[in-house]
Amino acid sequence: MDFHLSKEQLLVRKMYREFAENEVKPLAAEIDEEERFPAETVEKMAKLGMFGIYFPKEYGGAGGDVLSYAMCVEELAKACGTTAVIVSAHTSLCCAPIFENGTEEQKKKYLPDLCSGRKLGAFGLTEPGAGTDAQGQQTTAVLDESGEHYILNGSKCFITNGNVADVFVIIAVTGKTTDKRGRPMKEISAFIVESSDPGFSQGKHEKKMGIRGSSTCDLIFEDCVIPADRLLGKKGEGFKIAMKTLDGGRIGIASQALGLGEGAVEEAIKYTRERVQFGKRISQFQNTQFQLADMHTRMQAAQFLVYSAAMKKQNHEPYSMDAAMAKLFAAEAASDVTRRAVQLFGGYGYTREYPVERMMRDAKITEIYEGTSEVQRMVIAANLGVK
Amino acid sequence: MKIIVTVKQVPDTSGKVAVNPDGTLDRASMQTIINPDDMNAVEAALALKDELGCKVVAFTMGPPPAEGMLRELMAMGVDEGVLITAREFGGSDTYATSQIIAAGIDTYGVEEDDIILAGRQAIDGDTAQVGPQIAEKLHLPQVTYAGEIRKDGRTLTVKRMLEDGYMTVKVQTPCMITCIKELNQPRYMSVGGVFECYQKPLVTMTYETLKDHPLIDKSTIGLAGSPTNILTSFTPPQKGAGMMLEGDGKETTDHLAGILAAKHII
Amino acid sequence: MAANFNSADIGAFKNVWVFCEQRQGVMMPTTFELISEGRKLANELGVELCGILLGDNVDGIAPELGKYGADKVYVYNSPLLKDYTTDAYTKVITDAVEEIKPEILLFGASNIGRDLAPRCAARLHTGLCADCTHLDIDMPNYKGFLKEASTLPEDRIEKVGTVIINREPHAVDRDLKMTRPAFGGHLMASIICPRFRPAMATVRPGVMKKRECPKTAEIIHPAFELSAADIKTEVTEVVKAAKKLVDLIGADFIVSVGRGISKDVEKGIALAEELASELGGVVGSSRACVDAGWITADHQVGQTGKTVHPKVYVALGISGAIQHKAGMQESECIIAVNKNETAPIFEVADYGIVGDLFKVVPELTESIRAAKNAK
Repeated sequence: MDFHLSKEQLLVRKMYREFAENEVKPLAAEIDEEERFPAETVEKMAKLGMFGIYFPKEYGGAGGDVLSYAMCVEELAKACGTTAVIVSAHTSLCCAPIFENGTEEQKKKYLPDLCSGRKLGAFGLTEPGAGTDAQGQQTTAVLDESGEHYILNGSKCFITNGNVADVFVIIAVTGKTTDKRGRPMKEISAFIVESSDPGFSQGKHEKKMGIRGSSTCDLIFEDCVIPADRLLGKKGEGFKIAMKTLDGGRIGIASQALGLGEGAVEEAIKYTRERVQFGKRISQFQNTQFQLADMHTRMQAAQFLVYSAAMKKQNHEPYSMDAAMAKLFAAEAASDVTRRAVQLFGGYGYTREYPVERMMRDAKITEIYEGTSEVQRMVIAANLGVK
Repeated sequence: MKIIVTVKQVPDTSGKVAVNPDGTLDRASMQTIINPDDMNAVEAALALKDELGCKVVAFTMGPPPAEGMLRELMAMGVDEGVLITAREFGGSDTYATSQIIAAGIDTYGVEEDDIILAGRQAIDGDTAQVGPQIAEKLHLPQVTYAGEIRKDGRTLTVKRMLEDGYMTVKVQTPCMITCIKELNQPRYMSVGGVFECYQKPLVTMTYETLKDHPLIDKSTIGLAGSPTNILTSFTPPQKGAGMMLEGDGKETTDHLAGILAAKHII
Repeated sequence: MAANFNSADIGAFKNVWVFCEQRQGVMMPTTFELISEGRKLANELGVELCGILLGDNVDGIAPELGKYGADKVYVYNSPLLKDYTTDAYTKVITDAVEEIKPEILLFGASNIGRDLAPRCAARLHTGLCADCTHLDIDMPNYKGFLKEASTLPEDRIEKVGTVIINREPHAVDRDLKMTRPAFGGHLMASIICPRFRPAMATVRPGVMKKRECPKTAEIIHPAFELSAADIKTEVTEVVKAAKKLVDLIGADFIVSVGRGISKDVEKGIALAEELASELGGVVGSSRACVDAGWITADHQVGQTGKTVHPKVYVALGISGAIQHKAGMQESECIIAVNKNETAPIFEVADYGIVGDLFKVVPELTESIRAAKNAK
């Protein structure tokens, strides 16, 4: 087991850190306050290849690896949770399923634009009636009489990058089928939908507790017509594709949680070294020291889980349980650590003058989206064979 | 056409710098970075490469770790790196350093339509001497303090900054231009660039490589080749606790102004 | 370079020279500082002080150099020297040095000096020390300077006097000792040029003191060669630019106002602007003034404002709460004025004045103006 980062990984992480410090951090408070999508940052990130980090050059990617992508989300999240999830959702939830399941034509058609950031991507699985119970899908995709088009009807909700993406991987019900035991079940398939497809529209921006600059909205399909060649993977494989996609997405969100927690620890160390009460810097009190020791240890443990999951994915080893563990642990650690950071800052930490309250608000969602912590526990238990 | 950029890896002197108990600088406490003015030179070279498609070669004289810096520059878009490194070159002052680098560049070859870009000065030596001295040794015209560079065929039009304005200067290639902070905003390494940089060519020039060049022999390099020597070096007295001044009248402010003037703060 | 010029033949070089920089026919103020300093060095060596002046029809500005102690001024007039070019100035100066052989050659470390001096030093094969803040010949004076300006122990200082050059001991008594900052100012180094002449130095403008030492300088016009073919660059225009709007982040001097200006906000800001202007800097503010609507948010320094690292930060009527300190505590020199002697700002200040800023600031502005004029 080699925990050392390669020369390239060390160098690219240096770039991410400088970029996050100089370009992302200065805007973080403002985009949260104004609930503004940081379009100017997205443009800069696109130019640097941050929207296709681990995809091969032949498809317009940067030719990097999964861990380099995870570190990108991590470093961005240290400065800004919103900016980090833009890259994560785009990469893991749209580029990845197309890369892993698409035909050569589909890959050549969509990946160059996505990897270059000319187009942003998003993923539509969740519906008002289908959250954790993903099988509760009601959006339908019906093949028309000519066999040349699918017509989609239904809606998706809470879609990250919803209002800014041009390419969507959408999960929909295409018919009925039976499971291994002969019981009836839905036939679910995956499709590529473009924002210009007729009958497709996006809803209003969802106002949230955290990651307020991240675009979150409904996707509405009203007799949305797409060519039949937009089917992604085989008919009926949609649920499997969705689950595989979420496995990868969990590495991204775990990285986001990791960065948020690490960022909070850094801010808390800085502040406690300056704040004087009772004639001493509060970093001199043992309570402060013990808190920070615990916070750092938790985030370090999270980092090992995240990096390990990323490396397994890179090596094409089974990583589903690892991704679930990483997300479960990192998200709960981030929520805990950011809350403790606010406490260490005292009253000042509760104000928006300091970033820790935003980090705390941002961290909460990592326990929920792309599979709640409860779902992660289900995945881990299933992988353990505990039935 | 190609662009040669001379760069230096330096300790980051812009932040807090630790001083040892004996008064010497704790160099290990300083991060190494790419000299800021040199980054402006690299950016100028890459911008011209974006426009004209030419090759960019980065030259540096330094110890082996300087290779890491060349790889970073390659991740930004530089095509080739040349590392001039040898124990024999150690201890060189700006004069000897300029000779060695000039010999290296001359050995690599300078063509008619080439441009050499350098940063105005390094943040450790702070002398701004090496750029002009390389130009002298290569018999090339120089324009320093470039705030803007435009190219039209073999003619470069440079805004040469002065303290209170600028001069517009035209010069033909091949020539040396030194760059300042105001010239541009250096780009970051790109992800794709990082994953290619270790495959790009890097040439090492040692004393063996250069010893037959007319500018180089044992007496022109290192300490032996340095017209200047360091007599003493010292750290200025550290900032102590603050000083509360007595009173609030004219004598007090005069006193303060006097202190500031004596310390060359004003 | 003349075939028989040998910069290593130390004994052949005599006298202290100062390059007298002029622009558009006006002598740069730093030239007079250099002449004064050169006079001191020439006295210590027992030699003459000469200015070297290049330009087009610049005889008129040469005599004033005598006021500060120049014995001679070598004047080189030519239309080709009207605007500075590296090639023309380097050729004329190095040809003159090769012929007349000064032992010391000083330049002001202006943008032009820092372009010209290295080129000359390389052509002459001699040593150059840049941005000097202190020059010495006399050893006792130099040791006195070390005692005051450094943290070196006294016995170390006493031992300074001989160096080993090419395995031979060499006494530095008659060498120019050029002291200058390196490592961004964290380190000071004294440099010598023991084996070659002239010892060359560029000197920071505004550091040396101007001292009158009236003489009648002999104006000499040596013959020289310079043709258009010698000059490889073309100056198409010289433009004086209006002062750029200085931004807080890049500013060297910042004068910030805080709640202490509340009793007369307009006057308080005006006083800060005057002081800032005298220092050559900009006005900043604490959050309190911005929130109160007295000044716009782009002036705000602090946790939610800008983080600044100026040479001098003057905090007027600012208490120094942690969010403000976060934005300015890395400033090189912090001066605080506050009515309350227990204000936290005094904990980070290098110099503190307890008093009413409306009284202190005008006095401070005046004191600084006077101190600058005295230089």
